[in-house]
Amino acid sequence: MALILRQAHPLLWLASAVVLAFLILPSVIVIGMSFSGSRFLEFPPRALSLRWYAAYWSDRAWLNATLRSLQIGGLVTVIAVTLGTLASLAVSRRTLRGRGALRALIVSPLVVPSIVFALGLYSVFATWRLTGTMTGLVAAHTVLALPFVLLNVGAALYKLDPSLERAARISGAGPVRAFLFVVLPVIWPGIASGSIFAFLTSFDEIVIAMFVAGSSPTLPKVMFEGIQFELNPIVAAVSTQLILVSTVALLTVEWLRRRIAQRIETDYTTQETAP
Amino acid sequence: MTGRPLRQWLVLAGPSVLLLLGVYLYPLAKLVVLSLGAPPGLATYGRLLHNDLFLTVLVRTFRISAVVTVICLVAAYPVATLLTRVSTRVAALVTIAVLLPFWTSILVRTYAWMVLLQHNGLVNKLLVGLGIVANPLRLMYNEAGVTIGMVQILLPFAILPIYASLQNIDERLHLAAQILGAGSWQRFWKVTFPLSLPGVAAAAILVFVQGLGYFVTPALLGGSRVITLAMLMESQVLEVLNWPLASAMAMVLLVICVGIVASFERVLGLERVWR
Amino acid sequence: MSRVLVEVRHVSKRYGAVSAVDDVSLDIYEGEFLTLLGPSGSGKTTALMLIAGFEELTAGEILIRGRSIAALPPEKRDIGMVFQNYALFPHLRVFDNVAFPLRMRGAARSEIAQRVRESLRAVRLEGFEQRLPRQLSGGQQQRVALARALVYRPSILLMDEPLAALDKKLREQMQVELKAIQRELGVSTLYVTHDQKEALALSDRIAVMKAGRLVQVGAPIDLYDRPADRFTAEFVGEANLIEGLVTAVGDRLVHVRVGERLDVAAEPCGDVTVGRRVGLMIRPEAVEARERPEGTPNEWPGVVREVVFLGDLVRCVVRIGDSVSLKVVRQYQKDEVTPKVGQTVTVAAPPRRWTILPSP
Repeated sequence: MALILRQAHPLLWLASAVVLAFLILPSVIVIGMSFSGSRFLEFPPRALSLRWYAAYWSDRAWLNATLRSLQIGGLVTVIAVTLGTLASLAVSRRTLRGRGALRALIVSPLVVPSIVFALGLYSVFATWRLTGTMTGLVAAHTVLALPFVLLNVGAALYKLDPSLERAARISGAGPVRAFLFVVLPVIWPGIASGSIFAFLTSFDEIVIAMFVAGSSPTLPKVMFEGIQFELNPIVAAVSTQLILVSTVALLTVEWLRRRIAQRIETDYTTQETAP
Repeated sequence: MTGRPLRQWLVLAGPSVLLLLGVYLYPLAKLVVLSLGAPPGLATYGRLLHNDLFLTVLVRTFRISAVVTVICLVAAYPVATLLTRVSTRVAALVTIAVLLPFWTSILVRTYAWMVLLQHNGLVNKLLVGLGIVANPLRLMYNEAGVTIGMVQILLPFAILPIYASLQNIDERLHLAAQILGAGSWQRFWKVTFPLSLPGVAAAAILVFVQGLGYFVTPALLGGSRVITLAMLMESQVLEVLNWPLASAMAMVLLVICVGIVASFERVLGLERVWR
Repeated sequence: MSRVLVEVRHVSKRYGAVSAVDDVSLDIYEGEFLTLLGPSGSGKTTALMLIAGFEELTAGEILIRGRSIAALPPEKRDIGMVFQNYALFPHLRVFDNVAFPLRMRGAARSEIAQRVRESLRAVRLEGFEQRLPRQLSGGQQQRVALARALVYRPSILLMDEPLAALDKKLREQMQVELKAIQRELGVSTLYVTHDQKEALALSDRIAVMKAGRLVQVGAPIDLYDRPADRFTAEFVGEANLIEGLVTAVGDRLVHVRVGERLDVAAEPCGDVTVGRRVGLMIRPEAVEARERPEGTPNEWPGVVREVVFLGDLVRCVVRIGDSVSLKVVRQYQKDEVTPKVGQTVTVAAPPRRWTILPSP
């Protein structure tokens, strides 16, 4: 791509390799450990076994927590994507007044430390009796997921040619149909990306869950309790599966990103040779 | 587009704004109210400023965050530089290596470090086995452990902005410098580094601000020996039930975080983190 | 005489203190090709957007066939539109792109198939139904956009600088095609461009806009020969512009003194009175640089200052007296002698080719 690729000095490679190893090895080691056959976690494992996976899949408490996290995550994704896409449409309309403020408001939770947010929610939910309810947690997680949806869908909308929607409108489509038939098919990778971010934000969220989840805990909460005072080996098995989920999610989002980039390049290149 | 702006606002932004009002702004406002006590006044804040425990914890939290930030910047720069100098394929792999931990849940990564850093964990086994130290080091339940864990978790937040700003440097500036006679070290110092400073600043802010509010990693890797501000807040609420004090602390943390981000808003451009 | 299709009456669009369109009134007739011509920022695109319904009027009204459309959203205005970057739906094939308006209107499947075929035939793209937009060249995409805009036979076709993204040769080719299609279908067209040659080539009438206001409306030849003001004179073609004082007004000639000694005779147009300062405009191709005087009115001695050979044309700048320079353009004729710099010539500028402009 670049005309002259500057060489990467061997020292640079070395330094980077060290840092990258530092980044990756912990997860790799956990994955390795999760297959250890003995009662203690060891790396490299002396005997390979799936006992900790079996332990997880047969433990009611773990499975309930997982199910709950999946349910909450699913709801959060649907709600956040709906609200976030609508809000993105508002923010992307260049003539709408106050759209900057709207964007700032929606994105601001990224700046608020989750412990602060959690305390606030705890105090409010206690009064509203939402502690321990799915509604409360879904609402809170949606607030956290919205910025990601907004940024992803917003980026896709930004690259969208505004005359596409106008062309749809003038061709006879009202605002809703123009969105469904023309805008949505073009920005869906952005919505898909946003959905993945939204889901993972909720699925992995721990701090707020700790305060507000009550007696039906989420998976992160059970994990936290599992490692706070003893290093429960089941957590290694859970972690490995979570890493797998994250990897799939990451690769999907990267693939989506490439699709968007590809599409932009080929759609708007005009070959001027033939009439 | 046509359609009265008001109607657009209500339909597109309304739901999100309502959610944020009820589940985000209102809880934060409630914290402000709680911190002011009854009758409302700044008495709680006054007590806070004279509270030795609070001040110690505050200083410690800042210190840990600052150390983590510096280490992250130093470690991130080589990786970011490497990314700009390798072929697209290698860059893609390195990017995935950087993003994967980023996408892995904090709990999983913290757990991995707990396993690694414990008394007879892998790191100590390696150090003792290679003869680097005679006795296993105390790497957990102290600031060292917390720092190591936080560095690994926050490192991607440092790498991405620096990489983004390095990428934005016009390649031709390096060519020009080369033609004008600058050696490669000079080129780095006089051209690359100064132009990458916005990215470095963004990275520093992102890492520092997040580090200030961290709860999970210090709680798990530091135990009760290393108490950060977030942990102090949690104990005030869940154990001591001192809401006014906890809220006041929450407000202090919030103001600091928002203040830092707001003052450097131009430099940050949050979207850059996500693409 | 054609009927009026669209009436634009005292239309204004203000953004805060800025008027993008300022009190514009215009009639568009059935079947005509009317171009809004102006530099960027002149308000021509805003005017188009107001008619399409993508912007709301600040003042005035717009009527189509006598009915006010201000309250109608774009999809109900029965307007076709072609955009600068084609705006083809990238996820739909050519057939579905062109069929889209018909589907939105709930047309029957058989009717859709037939109309799409007809539309594609009109733009000479039969056989392209299954292609995707990104597989088409710029010119082809533009024609699909045109087919899509016309498939439902709208009352009027709006075009927003549709050829601006094409290169010169292709643009000229498409201009010819566009005009042919418009003429064949007889669809009223409102075209926006900043390119005056394009406007001259395509239009039945041109409406020149500047800073949100309508400056002049008329057939291309009228705008060219008799521009209403300095701006239009310079915008629609090349112009020699000088100013002077009216010294005499007669039945057939008006005399204007330019500078110290130059006396220009022009045919009267508009009302001019003795003593008024006016502008004078003449097109370079109407000015001749002769070797010898021939005794016609408006002949003066001059010196050639510049000569530029452009292939089909030869351009000179000739200085008359101390203060007046005139651009002279002539077709290159192989056997004629081209003027040389420094050569003394006789400049001839017939009275009837001069236009008097109201203000200098």
